[in-house]
Amino acid sequence: MKKHSKPKVAFFDFTDCEGCQLQFANMGSALLELTELVDIVNFREIMSEAGEDYEVAFIEGSITTDNDVKRIKRIREKAKAIISLGACATIGGVNGIKNRSPLELAKQRVYGDKADTVNTIKTMPVHEVVKVDYFINGCPVYIPEVISVVKCVLMGKPYIVPNYAVCVECKMNENVCRYEKDQECLGPVTRAGCNSWCINYGNKCYGCRGLVDNPASAGQKDILLKYGITLDDILQRFTLYNDSMGEKYDKDLKQ
Amino acid sequence: MIKTSSNSTINAKDVKVDVHYLTRVEGHGNIIVDVKDGRLAKCEFQVIESPRFFESMLIGRSIWEAQHLTSRICGICACGHSLASIKAGEDALGIKPSDEVVMLRKLLLHSEMLDSHILHIYVLVAPDLLGVKSIMPLIKTDKPIVEMALRMKRMSDYAGEVLAGRHIHPISYVIGGLTQLPSKEGLEKLYKLMLESRKDTDETLKIFKKLKFPEFQRPTQYMSLTSDEEYALYDGDLVVNGKNKTKVKYYKQLFTETVVEYSRAKIATINNKPYAVGALSRFNNNSDKLHKKAKAAAAELGLKAPCHNPYLNTVAQLVEWVHCLEESITIMEKILKNGLDEKKVLTASWPKRSEIGKVTYKPNTGIGCVEVPRGSLFHEYTIDTSGHITASNCVIPTNQNMGNLEEDMRQLVPQVLGKKTQEEITLDMEMLARSYDPCISCSTHLLDVKFV
Repeated sequence: MKKHSKPKVAFFDFTDCEGCQLQFANMGSALLELTELVDIVNFREIMSEAGEDYEVAFIEGSITTDNDVKRIKRIREKAKAIISLGACATIGGVNGIKNRSPLELAKQRVYGDKADTVNTIKTMPVHEVVKVDYFINGCPVYIPEVISVVKCVLMGKPYIVPNYAVCVECKMNENVCRYEKDQECLGPVTRAGCNSWCINYGNKCYGCRGLVDNPASAGQKDILLKYGITLDDILQRFTLYNDSMGEKYDKDLKQ
Repeated sequence: MIKTSSNSTINAKDVKVDVHYLTRVEGHGNIIVDVKDGRLAKCEFQVIESPRFFESMLIGRSIWEAQHLTSRICGICACGHSLASIKAGEDALGIKPSDEVVMLRKLLLHSEMLDSHILHIYVLVAPDLLGVKSIMPLIKTDKPIVEMALRMKRMSDYAGEVLAGRHIHPISYVIGGLTQLPSKEGLEKLYKLMLESRKDTDETLKIFKKLKFPEFQRPTQYMSLTSDEEYALYDGDLVVNGKNKTKVKYYKQLFTETVVEYSRAKIATINNKPYAVGALSRFNNNSDKLHKKAKAAAAELGLKAPCHNPYLNTVAQLVEWVHCLEESITIMEKILKNGLDEKKVLTASWPKRSEIGKVTYKPNTGIGCVEVPRGSLFHEYTIDTSGHITASNCVIPTNQNMGNLEEDMRQLVPQVLGKKTQEEITLDMEMLARSYDPCISCSTHLLDVKFV
């Protein structure tokens, strides 16, 4: 029987910390299994070979320069499937915080009188520039979900990102609610799929997977205000990862 | 992607090395070497990573959020950034963690060294020494070695998972302590994996003993933390070639960051000269404090302090791997024997919800420094009465090494001109840059960026 040729896979990083790509290196033996199913032809962080012939492109990082825009468009022309990998690619991630203050101010704060030499544009998630076929949310990505998505890609099936709150998974993990412990948490409005990772380890949800489609943010705002947190603080909670969508949340919250 | 632009004859007077997007490093960097008529006209390591503005992002955010945010500077050294951030936060807030917490932090820092060093040794550097382009062809030709490397990587990554929830962007390590105790089952499994790693370590030492690193000598200033008590990683005073002992809080008096015309990059200097940080600097300053097994490994690998060959930074990393593994095993045995006292370790990641907005803070500046895989890392935050950050500064190892790397390149190129082909020189330059294990995502928050 003739063997099917393995799909060629490439990894590209834009503006980010490269932690989500590293999650692949952390898959251990699962990574070796993966290399039996696909041909990794381009993965600059760990290899020098730079294949330009690929069908599947994992995109890590957000779009923050004019050059990024050109580069992602070229990749879109070649790739049959584009997968946004991690918070920076799917929702803008922490890079989006810079959208909140004027770009000139951010440039000056970091680069001083050399600010003019820095090229930067508004932070955008990948799908704001090109069509994206699969989304793997999270900062960093959650390996079990990565494996689920890769299976879907290989089978040519869509992957539906959960559209319910982290609270659902958190309850199933029998964690004590952060609000019960006199803490606050973005779990009630954040998209699930991470198995309530941060809360399982005693921290709280920071909203790295983005908000669910209908986050009932007004209700969340009421809760936070009830406990004496300022509106600016709330905005910061909502916008640590989601500032590329900040205007929408500003509007929802300031109603 | 390597572009060559002249004939590769041995006696070429014009050599142009233009490595666009250096591979097998963290982040985006270019190497430019331009030799005209046998004279070195240009020699630069250019950082082209998109700027990320972390110091600007921190302004106006709560000090309690700093660890979570600055961890995102880098996926490789996330634990190091977290620990430097936590120390700076505690310094600003006047919080002193318990001895047990400090011990757990040292264990996490060891696991970060193990994780990052083994990735660099096997995945990023070894392919050059074996004459292949990446670890991928080795999967076919040397599968047991690749499996061993991944096993060592997996062990150190698992350490992050057990201790902090995950290695990349740790969850439970926060100002004041941990939000959750590591599970007993996890610790037991980790201890077993660490013991098993000793065999892989011995095997790795055998392999690297046989590999040949390029010959090149250039003495420079080696800066690191130092301590009378131990091989300094989590705490200590700054030292340069064993001298100039300086308290971390006076770090700005020890080195300065200057703008250098030829590269338009801010380069850190001590006494107007470049300096090196990282495994080789630590080894040169503190090798007498290494675990005895690490000392034996250094002897076996032929590494002696002071070592002036920057290519051997990778060998120093392997020696540190042995040290960190043995020290981790010692700490683990202590924890498994005595257990952990919840009261001394557990804390919440933020002040109580009912207290937010009611607590007044003393305006203050805090500084935290730890040795991360690539060298001394500094975080500094100033907070106001509401606990929000009004000023911040992060000094990254790769930035400190940049000037030293360029100085190495300037000395190395004339030595090999006329003796090696352009391709060989290009590989020499790439290997030299890689030996520093540059972490470019980290460095871009304060480097000027030149687009080519």
